[in-house]
Amino acid sequence: MNTQVRELQVTPIPATAEDPSTAGTGAVWGFARSVGARLLPWLVPVALVVFWQVASSLGWLSTRVLPAPVDVVKAFWTLTLSGELWTHVKVSAGRALAGLAIGGGLGLVLGLLTGSVRFFETLLDSSIQMVRNIPALALIPLVILWFGIDESAKLFLIAVSVFFPIYLNTFHGIRNVDPQLIEMGRTYGLSRWQLYREVILPGALSSILVGLRFSLGLMWVILIVAETISAQSGIGYLTMNAREFLQTDIVLVGILLYALLGKLADVFARGLEQWWLRWHPGYQKKAA
Amino acid sequence: MSMSDTTTSDSPRGVKLEARGLSKRYGTRDVLRNTHLKIEPGEFIAIVGRSGCGKSTLLRLVAGLEAASAGTLSTDGKAVNGLHDDTRIMFQEARLLPWRRVLDNVALGLPREQRGRGREVLAQVGLAEREGEWPARLSGGQRQRVALARALVHQPRLLLLDEPLGALDALTRIEMHRLIEGLWQQHRFTALLVTHDVQEAVALADRVILIEDGRIALDQRIDLARPRSQGDPAFAAIEKRILDRVLQKPDAADATPASGTPHWPGPPAHGLRWAI
Repeated sequence: MNTQVRELQVTPIPATAEDPSTAGTGAVWGFARSVGARLLPWLVPVALVVFWQVASSLGWLSTRVLPAPVDVVKAFWTLTLSGELWTHVKVSAGRALAGLAIGGGLGLVLGLLTGSVRFFETLLDSSIQMVRNIPALALIPLVILWFGIDESAKLFLIAVSVFFPIYLNTFHGIRNVDPQLIEMGRTYGLSRWQLYREVILPGALSSILVGLRFSLGLMWVILIVAETISAQSGIGYLTMNAREFLQTDIVLVGILLYALLGKLADVFARGLEQWWLRWHPGYQKKAA
Repeated sequence: MSMSDTTTSDSPRGVKLEARGLSKRYGTRDVLRNTHLKIEPGEFIAIVGRSGCGKSTLLRLVAGLEAASAGTLSTDGKAVNGLHDDTRIMFQEARLLPWRRVLDNVALGLPREQRGRGREVLAQVGLAEREGEWPARLSGGQRQRVALARALVHQPRLLLLDEPLGALDALTRIEMHRLIEGLWQQHRFTALLVTHDVQEAVALADRVILIEDGRIALDQRIDLARPRSQGDPAFAAIEKRILDRVLQKPDAADATPASGTPHWPGPPAHGLRWAI
Protein backbone atom coordinates (compact mmCIF):
# COMPACT_ATOMS: atom_id res chain seq x y z
CA MET A 1 0.00 0.00 0.00
CA ASN A 2 2.84 2.28 0.84
CA THR A 3 4.44 1.92 -2.57
CA GLN A 4 1.11 2.60 -4.21
CA VAL A 5 0.79 5.87 -2.38
CA ARG A 6 4.26 6.88 -3.37
CA GLU A 7 3.59 6.09 -7.00
CA LEU A 8 0.46 8.17 -6.94
CA GLN A 9 2.39 11.12 -5.63
CA VAL A 10 5.26 10.78 -8.07
CA THR A 11 3.42 10.23 -11.34
CA PRO A 12 2.06 13.78 -11.80
CA ILE A 13 5.56 15.25 -11.92
CA PRO A 14 6.64 14.18 -15.41
CA ALA A 15 3.37 15.52 -16.76
CA THR A 16 4.01 19.03 -15.44
CA ALA A 17 7.70 18.78 -16.32
CA GLU A 18 6.74 18.99 -19.98
CA ASP A 19 5.25 22.40 -19.35
CA PRO A 20 7.28 24.77 -21.58
CA SER A 21 7.11 27.66 -19.11
CA THR A 22 9.38 25.81 -16.73
CA ALA A 23 11.92 24.83 -19.33
CA GLY A 24 14.46 27.27 -17.89
CA THR A 25 14.62 25.36 -14.65
CA GLY A 26 15.41 22.04 -16.27
CA ALA A 27 18.29 21.37 -13.90
CA VAL A 28 16.03 21.93 -10.92
CA TRP A 29 13.54 19.50 -12.42
CA GLY A 30 16.04 16.74 -12.83
CA PHE A 31 16.91 17.08 -9.21
CA ALA A 32 13.29 17.25 -8.10
CA ARG A 33 12.45 14.09 -9.96
CA SER A 34 15.22 12.18 -8.25
CA VAL A 35 14.36 13.43 -4.77
CA GLY A 36 10.62 13.05 -5.26
CA ALA A 37 7.70 15.37 -4.95
CA ARG A 38 9.10 17.17 -1.91
CA LEU A 39 10.62 20.09 -3.76
CA LEU A 40 7.63 20.87 -5.95
CA PRO A 41 5.86 23.14 -3.43
CA TRP A 42 9.02 25.27 -3.19
CA LEU A 43 9.18 26.04 -6.89
CA VAL A 44 6.84 29.04 -6.88
CA PRO A 45 8.33 30.76 -3.81
CA VAL A 46 11.87 30.33 -5.14
CA ALA A 47 10.88 31.66 -8.55
CA LEU A 48 9.24 34.66 -6.88
CA VAL A 49 12.35 35.45 -4.86
CA VAL A 50 14.55 35.15 -7.93
CA PHE A 51 12.24 37.49 -9.86
CA TRP A 52 12.21 39.90 -6.92
CA GLN A 53 16.01 39.95 -6.75
CA VAL A 54 16.32 40.53 -10.47
CA ALA A 55 13.74 43.33 -10.36
CA SER A 56 15.58 45.04 -7.50
CA SER A 57 18.98 44.70 -9.14
CA LEU A 58 17.69 46.19 -12.37
CA GLY A 59 16.22 49.10 -10.43
CA TRP A 60 12.58 48.34 -11.27
CA LEU A 61 11.83 48.29 -7.57
CA SER A 62 12.80 51.20 -5.35
CA THR A 63 14.50 50.10 -2.11
CA ARG A 64 12.06 52.37 -0.29
CA VAL A 65 9.23 50.14 -1.50
CA LEU A 66 10.93 46.77 -1.34
CA PRO A 67 14.62 46.12 -0.71
CA ALA A 68 16.37 43.33 -2.59
CA PRO A 69 16.19 39.86 -0.97
CA VAL A 70 19.97 39.94 -0.59
CA ASP A 71 19.67 43.12 1.51
CA VAL A 72 17.01 41.51 3.64
CA VAL A 73 19.29 38.55 4.22
CA LYS A 74 22.12 40.92 5.08
CA ALA A 75 19.93 42.79 7.56
CA PHE A 76 18.87 39.48 9.02
CA TRP A 77 22.48 38.47 9.40
CA THR A 78 23.59 41.72 11.09
CA LEU A 79 20.67 41.55 13.49
CA THR A 80 21.57 37.98 14.30
CA LEU A 81 25.20 38.83 14.91
CA SER A 82 24.36 41.74 17.19
CA GLY A 83 22.06 39.49 19.18
CA GLU A 84 19.23 41.98 18.72
CA LEU A 85 17.17 39.54 16.65
CA TRP A 86 17.29 36.81 19.22
CA THR A 87 16.25 39.17 22.04
CA HIS A 88 13.21 40.38 20.14
CA VAL A 89 12.17 36.92 18.97
CA LYS A 90 12.49 35.69 22.53
CA VAL A 91 10.29 38.48 23.85
CA SER A 92 7.64 38.00 21.16
CA ALA A 93 7.58 34.21 21.42
CA GLY A 94 7.43 34.53 25.20
CA ARG A 95 4.37 36.78 24.98
CA ALA A 96 2.67 34.51 22.48
CA LEU A 97 3.29 31.36 24.47
CA ALA A 98 2.32 32.92 27.79
CA GLY A 99 -0.92 34.17 26.26
CA LEU A 100 -1.55 30.77 24.74
CA ALA A 101 -0.85 29.02 28.03
CA ILE A 102 -3.26 31.24 29.93
CA GLY A 103 -6.06 31.46 27.36
CA GLY A 104 -5.65 27.97 25.96
CA GLY A 105 -5.31 26.40 29.39
CA LEU A 106 -8.45 28.13 30.57
CA GLY A 107 -10.28 27.14 27.38
CA LEU A 108 -9.24 23.53 27.82
CA VAL A 109 -10.26 23.35 31.46
CA LEU A 110 -13.61 25.07 30.93
CA GLY A 111 -14.27 23.03 27.78
CA LEU A 112 -13.61 19.80 29.66
CA LEU A 113 -15.83 20.99 32.47
CA THR A 114 -18.81 22.07 30.37
CA GLY A 115 -18.38 19.10 28.04
CA SER A 116 -18.39 16.57 30.84
CA VAL A 117 -20.70 17.98 33.48
CA ARG A 118 -24.19 19.00 32.45
CA PHE A 119 -24.46 21.47 35.34
CA PHE A 120 -21.50 23.53 34.16
CA GLU A 121 -22.79 23.54 30.61
CA THR A 122 -26.06 25.06 31.76
CA LEU A 123 -24.24 27.48 34.00
CA LEU A 124 -21.49 28.69 31.67
CA ASP A 125 -21.96 27.76 28.06
CA SER A 126 -24.49 30.38 26.99
CA SER A 127 -22.48 33.17 28.62
CA ILE A 128 -19.33 32.00 26.88
CA GLN A 129 -21.14 31.78 23.57
CA MET A 130 -22.28 35.39 24.00
CA VAL A 131 -18.82 36.72 24.77
CA ARG A 132 -17.41 34.68 21.88
CA ASN A 133 -19.10 36.92 19.34
CA ILE A 134 -17.07 39.95 20.40
CA PRO A 135 -13.95 40.19 18.22
CA ALA A 136 -10.88 40.33 20.43
CA LEU A 137 -9.57 43.35 18.55
CA ALA A 138 -12.70 45.31 19.40
CA LEU A 139 -11.56 45.14 22.99
CA ILE A 140 -8.38 47.11 22.33
CA PRO A 141 -9.65 50.51 23.55
CA LEU A 142 -11.03 48.93 26.68
CA VAL A 143 -7.88 46.91 27.25
CA ILE A 144 -5.75 50.05 26.98
CA LEU A 145 -7.97 51.73 29.55
CA TRP A 146 -7.69 48.75 31.88
CA PHE A 147 -4.07 47.76 31.54
CA GLY A 148 -2.42 50.75 29.86
CA ILE A 149 -0.06 49.67 27.14
CA ASP A 150 2.24 47.33 29.02
CA GLU A 151 2.70 43.55 28.92
CA SER A 152 -0.54 42.55 30.60
CA ALA A 153 -2.58 44.21 27.86
CA LYS A 154 -0.87 42.10 25.22
CA LEU A 155 -1.21 38.93 27.24
CA PHE A 156 -4.87 39.65 27.85
CA LEU A 157 -5.62 40.15 24.16
CA ILE A 158 -3.82 36.97 23.15
CA ALA A 159 -5.38 34.95 25.94
CA VAL A 160 -8.90 36.12 25.07
CA SER A 161 -8.51 35.30 21.40
CA VAL A 162 -7.00 31.82 21.81
CA PHE A 163 -9.50 30.90 24.50
CA PHE A 164 -12.51 30.42 22.23
CA PRO A 165 -11.23 28.03 19.57
CA ILE A 166 -9.82 25.74 22.21
CA TYR A 167 -12.88 25.98 24.43
CA LEU A 168 -15.35 25.28 21.60
CA ASN A 169 -13.43 22.41 20.12
CA THR A 170 -12.82 20.80 23.48
CA PHE A 171 -16.50 21.03 24.33
CA HIS A 172 -17.59 19.54 21.01
CA GLY A 173 -14.84 16.94 21.09
CA ILE A 174 -16.08 15.65 24.43
CA ARG A 175 -19.69 15.71 23.32
CA ASN A 176 -18.94 13.80 20.15
CA VAL A 177 -17.13 10.90 21.77
CA ASP A 178 -18.80 7.72 20.51
CA PRO A 179 -21.46 6.83 23.11
CA GLN A 180 -21.04 3.17 22.19
CA LEU A 181 -17.45 3.29 23.37
CA ILE A 182 -18.53 4.91 26.62
CA GLU A 183 -21.11 2.20 27.14
CA MET A 184 -18.49 -0.42 26.42
CA GLY A 185 -16.14 1.17 28.95
CA ARG A 186 -18.84 1.13 31.60
CA THR A 187 -19.72 -2.52 31.03
CA TYR A 188 -16.05 -3.44 31.18
CA GLY A 189 -15.80 -2.10 34.68
CA LEU A 190 -13.82 1.09 34.09
CA SER A 191 -13.94 3.57 36.92
CA ARG A 192 -15.03 7.14 36.18
CA TRP A 193 -11.46 8.33 36.03
CA GLN A 194 -10.36 5.40 33.84
CA LEU A 195 -13.28 6.03 31.54
CA TYR A 196 -12.20 9.63 31.24
CA ARG A 197 -8.56 8.82 30.59
CA GLU A 198 -9.02 5.81 28.33
CA VAL A 199 -12.11 6.73 26.35
CA ILE A 200 -13.32 10.32 26.65
CA LEU A 201 -10.09 12.30 26.50
CA PRO A 202 -8.51 10.33 23.63
CA GLY A 203 -11.83 10.50 21.79
CA ALA A 204 -11.90 14.27 22.11
CA LEU A 205 -8.24 14.75 21.33
CA SER A 206 -8.45 15.19 17.57
CA SER A 207 -11.02 17.93 18.02
CA ILE A 208 -8.95 19.62 20.75
CA LEU A 209 -5.95 19.65 18.43
CA VAL A 210 -8.00 21.31 15.70
CA GLY A 211 -8.81 23.98 18.26
CA LEU A 212 -5.14 24.33 19.08
CA ARG A 213 -4.25 24.89 15.45
CA PHE A 214 -6.89 27.58 15.09
CA SER A 215 -5.59 29.19 18.25
CA LEU A 216 -2.00 29.17 17.08
CA GLY A 217 -3.01 31.04 13.94
CA LEU A 218 -4.96 33.63 15.90
CA MET A 219 -2.21 33.92 18.48
CA TRP A 220 0.28 35.39 15.97
CA VAL A 221 -2.27 37.71 14.40
CA ILE A 222 -3.19 39.22 17.74
CA LEU A 223 0.44 39.38 18.82
CA ILE A 224 1.35 41.37 15.71
CA VAL A 225 -1.47 43.83 16.25
CA ALA A 226 -0.67 44.20 19.94
CA GLU A 227 3.03 44.72 19.35
CA THR A 228 2.43 47.17 16.55
CA ILE A 229 0.23 49.37 18.73
CA SER A 230 2.95 49.86 21.26
CA ALA A 231 5.89 47.93 22.57
CA GLN A 232 9.37 48.51 23.91
CA SER A 233 10.66 45.21 22.62
CA GLY A 234 9.66 42.31 20.43
CA ILE A 235 9.40 41.84 16.71
CA GLY A 236 6.64 44.45 16.46
CA TYR A 237 8.86 47.00 18.15
CA LEU A 238 11.72 46.07 15.83
CA THR A 239 9.63 46.71 12.72
CA MET A 240 7.93 49.86 13.97
CA ASN A 241 11.27 51.26 15.00
CA ALA A 242 12.78 50.43 11.63
CA ARG A 243 9.85 52.15 9.92
CA GLU A 244 10.74 55.41 11.68
CA PHE A 245 14.19 55.26 10.12
CA LEU A 246 12.92 54.00 6.75
CA GLN A 247 14.82 50.72 7.16
CA THR A 248 12.60 48.71 4.86
CA ASP A 249 14.94 45.74 4.99
CA ILE A 250 14.48 45.39 8.75
CA VAL A 251 10.71 45.78 8.40
CA LEU A 252 10.81 42.89 5.99
CA VAL A 253 12.95 40.86 8.36
CA GLY A 254 10.26 41.38 10.99
CA ILE A 255 7.49 40.32 8.65
CA LEU A 256 9.41 37.22 7.62
CA LEU A 257 10.07 36.40 11.25
CA TYR A 258 6.35 36.43 11.95
CA ALA A 259 5.80 34.15 8.97
CA LEU A 260 8.54 31.84 10.16
CA LEU A 261 7.24 31.67 13.72
CA GLY A 262 3.70 31.05 12.47
CA LYS A 263 4.92 28.23 10.27
CA LEU A 264 6.94 26.80 13.14
CA ALA A 265 3.89 26.78 15.39
CA ASP A 266 1.89 25.01 12.72
CA VAL A 267 4.58 22.40 12.19
CA PHE A 268 4.61 21.84 15.92
CA ALA A 269 0.83 21.40 16.04
CA ARG A 270 0.96 18.99 13.10
CA GLY A 271 3.68 17.07 14.86
CA LEU A 272 1.47 16.74 17.91
CA GLU A 273 -1.38 15.53 15.72
CA GLN A 274 0.75 12.95 14.03
CA TRP A 275 2.02 11.63 17.29
CA TRP A 276 -1.18 11.65 19.32
CA LEU A 277 -3.43 10.58 16.47
CA ARG A 278 -1.08 8.00 15.07
CA TRP A 279 -3.78 5.36 15.58
CA HIS A 280 -6.02 7.24 13.13
CA PRO A 281 -5.93 5.93 9.55
CA GLY A 282 -6.06 9.52 8.31
CA TYR A 283 -2.73 10.29 9.93
CA GLN A 284 -0.98 6.99 9.34
CA LYS A 285 -0.05 7.36 5.68
CA LYS A 286 1.95 10.51 6.28
CA ALA A 287 3.66 9.04 9.29
CA ALA A 288 4.59 5.78 7.58
CA MET B 1 -1.31 -16.42 36.78
CA SER B 2 -2.43 -18.33 39.87
CA MET B 3 -5.80 -16.71 39.46
CA SER B 4 -6.25 -18.10 35.96
CA ASP B 5 -5.24 -21.57 37.13
CA THR B 6 -7.79 -21.75 39.90
CA THR B 7 -10.63 -20.33 37.87
CA THR B 8 -10.23 -22.39 34.72
CA SER B 9 -9.96 -25.62 36.69
CA ASP B 10 -13.20 -24.90 38.55
CA SER B 11 -15.80 -26.82 36.61
CA PRO B 12 -19.12 -25.10 37.38
CA ARG B 13 -17.97 -21.63 36.46
CA GLY B 14 -21.08 -20.28 34.79
CA VAL B 15 -23.81 -18.45 36.60
CA LYS B 16 -27.35 -19.59 36.98
CA LEU B 17 -29.67 -17.03 35.50
CA GLU B 18 -33.33 -16.63 36.31
CA ALA B 19 -35.92 -14.18 35.07
CA ARG B 20 -39.34 -13.98 36.63
CA GLY B 21 -42.15 -11.95 35.16
CA LEU B 22 -39.63 -9.71 33.47
CA SER B 23 -41.14 -6.77 31.59
CA LYS B 24 -39.76 -3.71 29.92
CA ARG B 25 -41.69 -0.86 28.43
CA TYR B 26 -40.49 2.26 26.68
CA GLY B 27 -43.16 4.90 27.02
CA THR B 28 -46.35 3.14 26.01
CA ARG B 29 -44.66 0.36 24.05
CA ASP B 30 -44.19 -3.02 25.69
CA VAL B 31 -40.93 -4.46 24.46
CA LEU B 32 -40.80 -7.41 26.81
CA ARG B 33 -43.83 -8.84 28.58
CA ASN B 34 -43.91 -11.03 31.62
CA THR B 35 -41.01 -13.23 30.60
CA HIS B 36 -39.98 -16.29 32.58
CA LEU B 37 -36.63 -17.84 31.86
CA LYS B 38 -34.30 -20.20 33.67
CA ILE B 39 -30.77 -20.83 32.52
CA GLU B 40 -28.54 -23.44 34.12
CA PRO B 41 -24.86 -22.77 34.88
CA GLY B 42 -22.69 -23.30 31.83
CA GLU B 43 -25.58 -23.49 29.40
CA PHE B 44 -25.35 -21.95 25.95
CA ILE B 45 -28.59 -20.20 25.09
CA ALA B 46 -29.43 -18.62 21.77
CA ILE B 47 -32.23 -16.11 21.51
CA VAL B 48 -33.71 -15.68 18.07
CA GLY B 49 -36.50 -13.55 16.73
CA ARG B 50 -37.36 -10.91 14.21
CA SER B 51 -35.81 -7.51 14.70
CA GLY B 52 -37.63 -5.40 17.22
CA CYS B 53 -39.02 -8.46 19.03
CA GLY B 54 -37.30 -7.56 22.26
CA LYS B 55 -34.37 -9.98 22.18
CA SER B 56 -31.72 -7.29 22.44
CA THR B 57 -33.69 -5.63 25.23
CA LEU B 58 -33.61 -8.87 27.19
CA LEU B 59 -29.86 -8.98 26.77
CA ARG B 60 -29.44 -5.38 27.92
CA LEU B 61 -31.56 -6.11 30.98
CA VAL B 62 -29.42 -9.12 31.83
CA ALA B 63 -26.28 -7.01 31.32
CA GLY B 64 -27.60 -4.46 33.76
CA LEU B 65 -27.43 -1.72 31.14
CA GLU B 66 -31.11 -1.07 31.62
CA ALA B 67 -33.53 -1.61 34.46
CA ALA B 68 -36.64 -3.75 34.14
CA SER B 69 -40.07 -2.11 34.37
CA ALA B 70 -41.40 -5.10 36.30
CA GLY B 71 -40.30 -8.53 37.42
CA THR B 72 -37.02 -9.79 38.78
CA LEU B 73 -33.81 -10.97 37.28
CA SER B 74 -31.23 -12.86 39.28
CA THR B 75 -27.87 -14.48 38.79
CA ASP B 76 -27.05 -17.27 41.24
CA GLY B 77 -30.03 -16.16 43.30
CA LYS B 78 -28.78 -12.58 43.65
CA ALA B 79 -30.79 -9.83 41.99
CA VAL B 80 -29.19 -8.15 39.00
CA ASN B 81 -28.82 -4.53 39.95
CA GLY B 82 -26.84 -2.55 37.45
CA LEU B 83 -23.59 -3.61 35.86
CA HIS B 84 -22.03 -6.78 37.14
CA ASP B 85 -18.37 -7.73 37.26
CA ASP B 86 -19.01 -11.38 36.41
CA THR B 87 -20.82 -10.40 33.25
CA ARG B 88 -19.21 -9.31 30.02
CA ILE B 89 -20.94 -8.31 26.85
CA MET B 90 -19.81 -8.57 23.26
CA PHE B 91 -21.54 -6.06 21.08
CA GLN B 92 -22.69 -6.06 17.49
CA GLU B 93 -19.79 -3.78 16.67
CA ALA B 94 -16.37 -4.63 18.05
CA ARG B 95 -16.21 -1.31 19.95
CA LEU B 96 -12.45 -1.40 20.23
CA LEU B 97 -10.75 1.79 21.30
CA PRO B 98 -9.11 2.95 18.08
CA TRP B 99 -6.36 4.78 20.00
CA ARG B 100 -5.22 1.71 21.89
CA ARG B 101 -3.21 -1.07 20.35
CA VAL B 102 -4.71 -4.55 20.18
CA LEU B 103 -3.14 -5.82 23.41
CA ASP B 104 -4.07 -2.65 25.31
CA ASN B 105 -7.63 -3.08 24.12
CA VAL B 106 -7.72 -6.65 25.39
CA ALA B 107 -6.17 -5.63 28.70
CA LEU B 108 -8.58 -2.70 29.13
CA GLY B 109 -9.48 -2.35 32.78
CA LEU B 110 -7.05 -5.07 33.87
CA PRO B 111 -4.44 -4.26 36.49
CA ARG B 112 -1.00 -3.77 34.98
CA GLU B 113 0.43 -6.98 36.39
CA GLN B 114 -2.21 -9.06 34.57
CA ARG B 115 -1.30 -7.95 31.07
CA GLY B 116 0.22 -11.39 30.60
CA ARG B 117 -3.31 -12.79 30.68
CA GLY B 118 -4.19 -10.46 27.85
CA ARG B 119 -1.47 -12.06 25.72
CA GLU B 120 -2.68 -15.52 26.70
CA VAL B 121 -6.27 -14.87 25.64
CA LEU B 122 -5.16 -13.09 22.50
CA ALA B 123 -3.29 -16.26 21.59
CA GLN B 124 -6.45 -18.28 22.24
CA VAL B 125 -8.32 -16.27 19.60
CA GLY B 126 -5.37 -16.68 17.25
CA LEU B 127 -4.17 -13.09 17.16
CA ALA B 128 -1.04 -13.26 19.30
CA GLU B 129 1.16 -11.86 16.55
CA ARG B 130 -1.08 -8.81 16.01
CA GLU B 131 -0.85 -7.52 19.59
CA GLY B 132 0.98 -4.32 18.60
CA GLU B 133 -1.38 -3.41 15.76
CA TRP B 134 -3.89 -0.55 15.70
CA PRO B 135 -7.51 -1.75 15.50
CA ALA B 136 -8.00 0.24 12.29
CA ARG B 137 -5.61 -2.15 10.56
CA LEU B 138 -7.61 -5.27 11.40
CA SER B 139 -10.39 -6.88 9.37
CA GLY B 140 -13.93 -7.05 10.74
CA GLY B 141 -13.53 -10.66 11.83
CA GLN B 142 -10.22 -9.95 13.53
CA ARG B 143 -11.75 -7.03 15.39
CA GLN B 144 -14.51 -9.26 16.72
CA ARG B 145 -11.91 -11.78 17.78
CA VAL B 146 -10.11 -9.05 19.71
CA ALA B 147 -13.45 -8.05 21.25
CA LEU B 148 -14.01 -11.69 22.24
CA ALA B 149 -10.56 -11.83 23.81
CA ARG B 150 -11.29 -8.59 25.66
CA ALA B 151 -14.48 -10.12 27.06
CA LEU B 152 -12.83 -13.40 28.05
CA VAL B 153 -9.79 -11.87 29.71
CA HIS B 154 -12.02 -10.90 32.64
CA GLN B 155 -13.01 -14.55 33.02
CA PRO B 156 -16.70 -13.77 32.96
CA ARG B 157 -19.14 -16.25 34.38
CA LEU B 158 -21.80 -14.96 32.04
CA LEU B 159 -20.97 -13.93 28.50
CA LEU B 160 -23.58 -11.98 26.58
CA LEU B 161 -23.28 -11.89 22.82
CA ASP B 162 -25.41 -9.26 21.08
CA GLU B 163 -25.37 -10.36 17.42
CA PRO B 164 -21.59 -10.11 17.42
CA LEU B 165 -21.23 -11.89 14.07
CA GLY B 166 -23.97 -10.05 12.22
CA ALA B 167 -21.62 -7.99 10.10
CA LEU B 168 -19.21 -10.78 9.16
CA ASP B 169 -19.08 -12.80 5.97
CA ALA B 170 -20.25 -16.43 5.94
CA LEU B 171 -16.81 -18.04 6.10
CA THR B 172 -15.64 -15.84 8.94
CA ARG B 173 -18.87 -16.59 10.80
CA ILE B 174 -18.26 -20.33 10.66
CA GLU B 175 -14.72 -19.79 11.91
CA MET B 176 -16.04 -17.64 14.74
CA HIS B 177 -18.65 -20.31 15.65
CA ARG B 178 -15.85 -22.85 16.10
CA LEU B 179 -13.82 -20.38 18.13
CA ILE B 180 -16.66 -19.37 20.42
CA GLU B 181 -17.75 -22.96 20.93
CA GLY B 182 -14.21 -24.05 21.76
CA LEU B 183 -13.64 -21.24 24.23
CA TRP B 184 -17.02 -21.85 25.82
CA GLN B 185 -16.20 -25.53 26.32
CA GLN B 186 -12.84 -24.58 27.77
CA HIS B 187 -14.00 -21.83 30.14
CA ARG B 188 -17.47 -23.19 31.03
CA PHE B 189 -19.18 -19.80 31.30
CA THR B 190 -22.88 -19.38 30.77
CA ALA B 191 -23.49 -17.90 27.34
CA LEU B 192 -26.43 -15.93 26.04
CA LEU B 193 -26.33 -15.26 22.32
CA VAL B 194 -28.78 -12.97 20.58
CA THR B 195 -28.91 -13.60 16.86
CA HIS B 196 -31.28 -13.46 13.94
CA ASP B 197 -29.51 -16.29 12.20
CA VAL B 198 -31.27 -19.54 13.07
CA GLN B 199 -28.43 -21.62 11.68
CA GLU B 200 -26.00 -19.88 14.00
CA ALA B 201 -28.33 -20.52 16.92
CA VAL B 202 -28.64 -24.22 16.13
CA ALA B 203 -24.89 -24.55 15.56
CA LEU B 204 -23.99 -23.15 18.97
CA ALA B 205 -26.78 -23.40 21.49
CA ASP B 206 -27.99 -25.99 23.97
CA ARG B 207 -31.36 -24.28 23.85
CA VAL B 208 -32.83 -21.98 21.25
CA ILE B 209 -35.38 -19.51 22.54
CA LEU B 210 -37.67 -17.70 20.16
CA ILE B 211 -39.03 -14.35 21.25
CA GLU B 212 -42.06 -12.99 19.52
CA ASP B 213 -43.85 -9.76 20.40
CA GLY B 214 -41.98 -9.54 23.67
CA ARG B 215 -42.83 -13.09 24.76
CA ILE B 216 -41.04 -16.40 24.65
CA ALA B 217 -42.77 -18.33 21.90
CA LEU B 218 -40.53 -21.36 21.70
CA ASP B 219 -37.92 -22.97 23.88
CA GLN B 220 -36.21 -25.70 21.90
CA ARG B 221 -33.53 -27.95 23.32
CA ILE B 222 -30.85 -28.98 20.81
CA ASP B 223 -29.36 -32.32 21.68
CA LEU B 224 -27.00 -32.68 18.74
CA ALA B 225 -23.45 -33.79 19.48
CA ARG B 226 -20.71 -31.18 19.21
CA PRO B 227 -19.04 -30.09 17.04
CA ARG B 228 -22.15 -29.80 14.93
CA SER B 229 -22.06 -30.02 11.20
CA GLN B 230 -24.50 -28.11 9.09
CA GLY B 231 -24.63 -30.95 6.57
CA ASP B 232 -26.10 -33.26 9.20
CA PRO B 233 -29.79 -34.09 8.42
CA ALA B 234 -30.77 -33.79 12.08
CA PHE B 235 -29.22 -30.33 12.15
CA ALA B 236 -31.08 -29.32 9.02
CA ALA B 237 -34.35 -30.68 10.38
CA ILE B 238 -34.12 -28.70 13.61
CA GLU B 239 -33.05 -25.60 11.78
CA LYS B 240 -35.97 -25.88 9.39
CA ARG B 241 -38.43 -26.48 12.20
CA ILE B 242 -37.32 -23.40 14.10
CA LEU B 243 -37.16 -21.29 10.98
CA ASP B 244 -40.68 -22.33 9.97
CA ARG B 245 -41.84 -21.38 13.40
CA VAL B 246 -40.13 -17.98 13.17
CA LEU B 247 -41.66 -17.23 9.80
CA GLN B 248 -45.11 -18.31 10.80
CA LYS B 249 -47.30 -15.80 12.60
CA PRO B 250 -48.23 -17.39 15.91
CA ASP B 251 -51.62 -18.98 16.38
CA ALA B 252 -52.62 -18.61 19.98
CA ALA B 253 -53.16 -22.37 20.26
CA ASP B 254 -49.84 -23.25 18.69
CA ALA B 255 -47.68 -21.05 20.81
CA THR B 256 -47.07 -23.54 23.57
CA PRO B 257 -43.39 -23.86 24.40
CA ALA B 258 -42.36 -27.43 23.76
CA SER B 259 -39.10 -29.22 24.08
CA GLY B 260 -40.06 -32.47 22.37
CA THR B 261 -40.25 -32.81 18.63
CA PRO B 262 -43.54 -31.24 17.63
CA HIS B 263 -44.14 -30.64 13.99
CA TRP B 264 -44.81 -27.05 13.17
CA PRO B 265 -46.93 -26.56 10.15
CA GLY B 266 -45.88 -23.70 7.96
CA PRO B 267 -44.53 -22.72 4.60
CA PRO B 268 -41.33 -24.49 3.60
CA ALA B 269 -38.40 -22.16 3.77
CA HIS B 270 -36.05 -23.50 1.15
CA GLY B 271 -32.51 -22.34 1.64
CA LEU B 272 -33.76 -19.45 3.68
CA ARG B 273 -32.01 -18.95 6.96
CA TRP B 274 -32.38 -15.31 7.73
CA ALA B 275 -35.28 -14.39 9.90
CA ILE B 276 -35.07 -10.66 9.91
